[in-house]
Amino acid sequence: MAKKTLTFALMDAPYESANLTTAFRILDAAARRGHDINVFTYEGAAALAFTRQAPHPNPVHGKNLAEENHPTTKDQVSALLVEAAKNGGKVDWVNCGMCVDERGVNEFVPGTRRGSPADFQAFADSSDNVLVIPTK
Amino acid sequence: MAKKSLNIVESAYRAVMEEQDDTILWLLAAMQAAGGAHTVVLRGNAVNYAISGQGAPGLTIGEWKQTQVPRMDRDVSDLIHNRKIAVYVIEEDLAERGIAGSDLVPGVTAVSRKRLPALFAEYDLVSHW
Repeated sequence: MAKKTLTFALMDAPYESANLTTAFRILDAAARRGHDINVFTYEGAAALAFTRQAPHPNPVHGKNLAEENHPTTKDQVSALLVEAAKNGGKVDWVNCGMCVDERGVNEFVPGTRRGSPADFQAFADSSDNVLVIPTK
Repeated sequence: MAKKSLNIVESAYRAVMEEQDDTILWLLAAMQAAGGAHTVVLRGNAVNYAISGQGAPGLTIGEWKQTQVPRMDRDVSDLIHNRKIAVYVIEEDLAERGIAGSDLVPGVTAVSRKRLPALFAEYDLVSHW
């Protein structure tokens, strides 16, 4: 399969919809195939790579921190970067700068960067395809 | 004494993979433990929460794997049997989706939409999630 450059725009905040689970499933599939991936995280999605996310126990389930093994999206972002690199692809993960500032989440996992709508424009112009997964 | 609260849950599977449960059923379980007096009505797509035997594969991203996947039937059963939170499902919403009563978690009570106004009158608070 020929290598492609794929761009994704994500909008949903972590822990508030099923959209991001769908997005990560698609991103994982693309990374496993070695495609180059661009991600523009906009509005609430700009918190996906925030480094200070922390897992928690689940007292309702009666599980401690280790047993609950609560997912954090920052770990999912990091795993995506590793998987892409392993398969010869690269990920350019851009966190919308104004979005992170207004939310106070301007600390990202390594390998992601601060950016702007201009990055999304450049991504769209240079990609084989673009998928927008907006907040509904 | 806690106010009697009826909670209509309609948004289904919202962030359940990320939270590993439904945020509203979780909230009600926690509030019940804090002395609340809650009842749940599942309507719309949320009636699917009451189907026994459901499950989802954990999310996998590269080497990262989810180990604690959400189990909505387990959580509904926990509400009913361990937390004494009655759980109703709307009969018409089950029928529209082809869900039979035999598919449901034991202890769930089916109720017609026509019965809802009378049910509302039994509670101090009615919340729609």
